[in-house]
Amino acid sequence: MSERKIPKLHFWSSFFVLLMVMLAFVLFKRYTQGIGSISNLNDSMPWGLWIGFDLLCGVALGAGGFTVTAVVYIFHLEDYRPMARPAVLTAFLGYLMVIAALLVDLGRPWNIWHPLVFWNPHSVMFEVGWCVMLYTTVLFLEFIPLVFERLGYNKQVHFMHKYLTPGLVIAGVLLSTMHQSSLGTLYVIVPEKLHPLWYSPILPILFFVSAITLGLAMTNVESFISFRALGKRLESNLLRGIGRATAVMLMIYLVIRIEDLIVHDSLKYAFRFDTASWFFLAEIIIGGIVPMVLLFQRRIRENKLALTGTQFLVVLGIIFNRMNVAVTAFQLGTGTDYRPHWMEFVVSMGMIAIGVFLFSLAARYLPVFVEEGPLGKSAGPKDPYAELS
Amino acid sequence: MSTYALLFDQSLCIGCGACEQACQSEHEQPPHKPDKLDHESFTYVEDLGNEQYARHLCMSCENPTCVSVCPVGALEKNALGPVTWDGKKCIGCRYCMMACPFQIPTYEWRSPNPRVRKCDMCVHRVTKDLPTACASICPTGATNFGKRDAMLAEAHRRLEKYPNRYTGEVYGEKEAGGTGVLMLLSRSAAENDLPSNVPQHDMPHLTWTVLEKLPQIIPVWGAFLGGMYWLGNRKNAVASHEHHDHQEGGRDHE
Repeated sequence: MSERKIPKLHFWSSFFVLLMVMLAFVLFKRYTQGIGSISNLNDSMPWGLWIGFDLLCGVALGAGGFTVTAVVYIFHLEDYRPMARPAVLTAFLGYLMVIAALLVDLGRPWNIWHPLVFWNPHSVMFEVGWCVMLYTTVLFLEFIPLVFERLGYNKQVHFMHKYLTPGLVIAGVLLSTMHQSSLGTLYVIVPEKLHPLWYSPILPILFFVSAITLGLAMTNVESFISFRALGKRLESNLLRGIGRATAVMLMIYLVIRIEDLIVHDSLKYAFRFDTASWFFLAEIIIGGIVPMVLLFQRRIRENKLALTGTQFLVVLGIIFNRMNVAVTAFQLGTGTDYRPHWMEFVVSMGMIAIGVFLFSLAARYLPVFVEEGPLGKSAGPKDPYAELS
Repeated sequence: MSTYALLFDQSLCIGCGACEQACQSEHEQPPHKPDKLDHESFTYVEDLGNEQYARHLCMSCENPTCVSVCPVGALEKNALGPVTWDGKKCIGCRYCMMACPFQIPTYEWRSPNPRVRKCDMCVHRVTKDLPTACASICPTGATNFGKRDAMLAEAHRRLEKYPNRYTGEVYGEKEAGGTGVLMLLSRSAAENDLPSNVPQHDMPHLTWTVLEKLPQIIPVWGAFLGGMYWLGNRKNAVASHEHHDHQEGGRDHE
C-alpha cells in the first residue's frame, strides 16, 4: 500500500470550517459581552439583519414545507409526492435554524420558552412564538418517519402515515397561515416608521401570499441543487408544473401589492427616483414582474436551467422584499443609519451553512429522495407503505 | 379613576438639569449630563438654543404600544399611570423598542443579561403617593405631577390664558391615543425632536384588528382544508375500488 488517499480539500468544506470557527468566536463574544459587541444594532435600530434575514426570510424560505404537503396530501396532486419529503426536510431544518438565530438575537435567550407561560394574546409576537413552536413540532413529526423508515420501524411509519399525517398536514397549513402572515402583522403597528411603499395594513396578506410563492420557487431551486450537488433525480415535469403555479401566485401577489399601493395613494412614491423608489422598483420589476413574465413562457419552463434561474430570481425578489420591510423601509421611515456589522453576517451565513450541512447529511443517510416507485414509496423489499395500497 | 400624569411646560424650563440629576440618583445611575436617552439616562433635557429646552422621557401612554406588543407581558401599565418593565419575564425580543411611537425604550447592548431601560414614572414613589423625582425637584414648576384630568385642565387653562407662549396644542393629549406626559410646547414638536407624525389614536388596535379575525378565519380555513382532504380521499378510494372491481371481477363484493 504505497498510495494513501489524501482527503481532498474542497473549497466548500474549507469554507464551512472557516465559517464555523468564526461563528464560534462571534458567539463567544456575544454571550460574554452582549449583542452590542458583535452587531451595529442600537436603540433606534433594535432589529436588523437577523430579524430581516434569519427570521423573516428564514420562515418564508421554509414555506415550501406547508405548500407542497398541502398540494400532495390535501389537494391530492399525487404526482408531486416525490417533492414532499425534501420540502418537509428543508422546512424542518429551516425552522431549526430560525430558532438557532433567535437564540443569538434574543437578549435573554434562556427565556425563549416564556410565551408558554406568560401570555399576552394582544401581541403579534406572542402568536408568532406559539405558531413557530407548534409548527416546528409538526415539522418534526412529519420528518421523523424518515428516521423510522431508515431504522426499519415499519409499523410505526405505517401508523404515522395512516393516522397522523393528514392531521399534521392540515395543522401545518393552519399554523403556517397564521405565522407567515403574522410576520407581516408585526409591522402593522408601526405605520409612522415604515416607508409608505412598504407599509400596509394588509401586510399579513402580502406576506402570506408571497410566502406561498416563495415556497414553490424554493422547492424548484432546492430540487435543482440536490440534482447538481447530490446527483438526485430531477423531475422536470413537476418543475414545469411548479413553474406555472409560481407564475400564477406571483401574479396574484403583484396585483394585491400594486392595488394596495394605489388604494393608499402610495404608488406616487415609486416614481420619485430616490433611494426608496429605486429599491421598490428593483424589488417589483426585477424580483416580480420579470420572473412572472418569464415563467409564463413555455420556452423558459421547458429549459431546466432557465426555469431554475427564473425561480431563483423569484426567491431573491421575495428575500429582497423582506429585507426592504425590515431594514430599508424602517431606515427610510425613521431616518436611522444602520449597516450590519460583519459579525452579524457571520451569524446569518453560519446558520445557512449549518442548515445546508444538515440537509446534505440527511440527504445522504435518510430516505429523503425517492428514486423509484410510484407515490413516493421507497423501492425495495422493505416497503413500509405496502400495506397502505 | 384618572391615572397620574406629568405636565411639562416648556416656557418655564430653564434647562438647569435638576430633573436629570434627580432621575439618575433615584434610579441609582452614575451622575452625568446625558445627550440622549440611553440605558443610563431615563430623561434628558435638550438645549434647543434661544434659551429653550426640550424634555425627553417615557410618555407613559394611556394605552401603551409597548405593553400591547410584548409577547410575554413583561411591560405593564400600572393602574396609577407608570409603564413598567419586568426583567423576570422579558425574553429580549425588543419588539417594544421597535413599536414605541416615541422611540423611548433603550437597551443594555453591552450586557450579556440585558435589560430594557426607560423612565418608569418613579413607580416606587408614585405607589407611595409621592410625585416623581423630576417633578418634586423642578425649581421653576416646569414639570408638574398630578392626576391626568387635573394636569390636562391646567394645560388648557394656561393655553387660554397665555396663548402667545405656546403652539396652541397639548402634545400628548391625543398622540398615540393620549399619553401620561403632557407637554405645553413653545415650538413645534419637530423642533423639540419629538416625533411629529404620531397617529392621533392608540396603536394597539392596528394589530388587534388583524389578530381578532384569526378565530374566525382559522376554523373556516381548517374546515375547508379538511373537506378538501376528505373529498380527494373519497375520490381516490372510489377510483381504487372501481379499479379493484374491474381487475378482480367484483369478487370482493360478495
